[in-house]
Amino acid sequence: MTTTKIFRAAIFLLFTLIGVAGLYFWLQVEFVAAVQIIVYVGGIVVLIIFSIFLTQQSGVEMEKPSFQRTIFSAIAVLCGAGLTGLLIYQHQFAVNSGNTMDDSPQNIGTKMLDYQDVGFALPFEVISILLLAAMIGAIVIALKSNAEES
Amino acid sequence: MNIYNYTSLIPLLPFAGFLLLALFGKKLPEKISGFLGVLFIGVAALLSLATAYQYFIIDGAINGSYPTLEPIKITWLQFTSSLAIDMGIMLDPISVMMLVVVTFISLMVHIYSLGYMHGETRFATYYSHLQLFTFSMLGLVVSSNLFQIYMFWELVGVSSFLLIGYYYDKPSAVAASKKAFIVTRFADLFFLIGILIMGLTANSFDFNTIIQTLTSTDSIENHGAQFLGFGVLSWALTLIFIGGAGKSAMFPLHIWLPDAMEGPTPVSALIHAATMVVAGVFLVARLFPVFAITDSGALEIVAYVGIFSALFAAVIACTQTDIKRVLAYSTMSQIGFMMFALGVSDFEHGAGYTSSMFHLFTHAFFKSLLFLGAGSVIHAVHSNEMKDMGGLKKYLPITHITFLIACLAIAGIPPFAGFFSKEGILHAAYESNPAIYYVALITSGITAFYMFRLYYSIFWNKQAIHLQNFHGEGTLSMKLPLIILGTLSAVVGFIPFANFITPSGQPGESHLDILFSIAPVLIGITGIIIATVFYKSQNNKADNFAASLNGLYKSAYHKFYIDEVYTFITKKVIFNMIGKPAAWFDKNVVDGLMNAIGNTTTTVSESMKELQSGKVQEYALYFIAGVIGLSLIGIYLWM
Amino acid sequence: MSQITITHILFLSTALFFIGVYGLLTRRNMITMLMAVELILNSVNINFVAFNKYLYPDNLNGLFFTIFIIAIAAAEAAVAIAIIINIYRNHRSIDVEDNEEMKF
Repeated sequence: MTTTKIFRAAIFLLFTLIGVAGLYFWLQVEFVAAVQIIVYVGGIVVLIIFSIFLTQQSGVEMEKPSFQRTIFSAIAVLCGAGLTGLLIYQHQFAVNSGNTMDDSPQNIGTKMLDYQDVGFALPFEVISILLLAAMIGAIVIALKSNAEES
Repeated sequence: MNIYNYTSLIPLLPFAGFLLLALFGKKLPEKISGFLGVLFIGVAALLSLATAYQYFIIDGAINGSYPTLEPIKITWLQFTSSLAIDMGIMLDPISVMMLVVVTFISLMVHIYSLGYMHGETRFATYYSHLQLFTFSMLGLVVSSNLFQIYMFWELVGVSSFLLIGYYYDKPSAVAASKKAFIVTRFADLFFLIGILIMGLTANSFDFNTIIQTLTSTDSIENHGAQFLGFGVLSWALTLIFIGGAGKSAMFPLHIWLPDAMEGPTPVSALIHAATMVVAGVFLVARLFPVFAITDSGALEIVAYVGIFSALFAAVIACTQTDIKRVLAYSTMSQIGFMMFALGVSDFEHGAGYTSSMFHLFTHAFFKSLLFLGAGSVIHAVHSNEMKDMGGLKKYLPITHITFLIACLAIAGIPPFAGFFSKEGILHAAYESNPAIYYVALITSGITAFYMFRLYYSIFWNKQAIHLQNFHGEGTLSMKLPLIILGTLSAVVGFIPFANFITPSGQPGESHLDILFSIAPVLIGITGIIIATVFYKSQNNKADNFAASLNGLYKSAYHKFYIDEVYTFITKKVIFNMIGKPAAWFDKNVVDGLMNAIGNTTTTVSESMKELQSGKVQEYALYFIAGVIGLSLIGIYLWM
Repeated sequence: MSQITITHILFLSTALFFIGVYGLLTRRNMITMLMAVELILNSVNINFVAFNKYLYPDNLNGLFFTIFIIAIAAAEAAVAIAIIINIYRNHRSIDVEDNEEMKF
């Protein structure tokens, strides 16, 4: 993460995300792993690399932050990690190792379009609208900058 | 119709005139505003005369004494169940007499100013100030309680300030008005303390109640409280007298009166001859029963201050060369006469009281006549100094005759007015305190001397040099008051004053002791002869005599250096020892504290300003650190 | 393989989370800050899936949450890139320290 060359940072991100997908595979939730690879790796990382090219930063060396900032951030992060780890360690999780999860795609599809209490039809629709809004927003921002340019 | 119901109009008419002229005067042409001023005062004068006629002649003495009427009485402030300040109008012999004097002299001055102040740019303002003064003075003389008289006292002071400083672009006039105000204000501080003590002692501020309470025999023994060896009542009366002494220019609070001559001459005629400066005498006369019956010693202080001021002023007047200053010192001397006449009077006979009031009455006429005549002279030669005058008797005939009448009156020559009143005063002095009588006799002689010195220097002696711009003696409006006042000065002496005004209100007998009055008349004639020898024609006799008196003459010419003493005290003592440390304290401690608070606030805020840097990552850092901290506190320290 | 309990997975996700936070606070380039945000979101996803699998296996709530979060992250990344490009056009630099307009 702390390389000075931005392109290398993007590649490291790619490997991290693939690693997370591998973790999903190991946890036997293949559907999510697949989604992860398709969306994150194939979409977002590509987007990031495009933006690196667009802002002409690919070969440029990045500047390091000030020393004060590094030290304070490190202290804060370590304290936070220590606190959270302590909490997790001390907590007794009620592990239910009975049934296994049924994560076949049919089940997921049925559940997603189920409009009863345990269904996820409403969040599904909301997410669609959100994606629409994001698309429009991105286009508007891009258009505005086009208008200012000309 | 009951004239007494209209007495409230007498002060209110000039007040309405003041408002009218002050607000609209600039837009009115000069003739209209002058006419309005004269109209208001004229109606007030008629009402005063009608009131006096009703009171003295028609109603007369009821049950053997003139009553004290209170047509109007309104409670204004109630302090306790028994102590209150009422506003009202009180009519008794002296206040009715003063009403007549004030309105009549004011009317004369208003008419005279039509001609004298012709062409002034602030003509209407002048008339509005005159109306304000007349209102304040009238309110003062009809006041029914001590606080009301104090209020009008201060108003009179303000009007005097405005009028003395009328020519406000002359620095000497501004300084003179400030001096007058500050000196009288300083005296009024003591006056106020005296009022408070008096109110506490008598448990009322009302004049009637005070007189009744303090002069009943059982209350005299009750006032045993002492402070520094003097009784409470003595303190109260002395403090009140100090206030009166300031306003009446008694020694040592007299320093403002000569300088007040910087104002226009009609103003000097009205204020500093006839009305305002007698306010102190009026105050002592108001409280005269308390002064006389309670054996408090304050009356002796009044007498000695009066006679000393009379002699002091007379000596200085012999050396002055500015004619208005001579008249100012003459006023101070005559008021000294009135004061000591009150001082030597007692309650049963009341001869001193009566003659003091009589002298006040006659003095108003001939002193204002002298000032108005001086105004006419100044108008002709455009200068105040005697050396620029002389031989004016053929140029200013009417002024000459009336001035001569006034000088004879003030010297006490029969049959003019001053003879009767002065004779009464000297008679009263002879009967109670012979030492004072002899000093007063000498002072009368000196009075005759310096008045005729003035007269000869103006109208005889040498020929005045600068008469190029001589355009006549003045308009009719300037000559008419001179003629009226001259006639009155000649005849008012014959009013049997003691039939009307005595301390107890019962009409007394006015008698004339022919044998007794030979001595004062002789002294007066001697003074006139000496003045004639020195001053009638141009010679060196006066200068030789003055040179032979050398040191005494020089210090009298410099007014006995009293002003320099005052300057020394204020500059060296008060400014350095009290003023400067107070200023230092204010600048460094008080202001320094405020500045320190301000500076601290600024410094703290500057140092906290850096927190808002505009860098998002720093904000995120603070945010995360805060979350971690709060969760630490929440999880571990809460339980 | 030894018994991998939920605790280990949670340790992993915590580490990932705080690495992402460190990157957010320290990096000067806006695009790398975006990458750090993606890391944070991924760690949260792992948390959801782990809880679902170990503690509540009979319903799929955690799974769905994860899918939705992936979708939202994609949308947000798109909008963020648009904003970054806009800022680049105005300031000619994507250094976060140069955007000090909200300073006092």
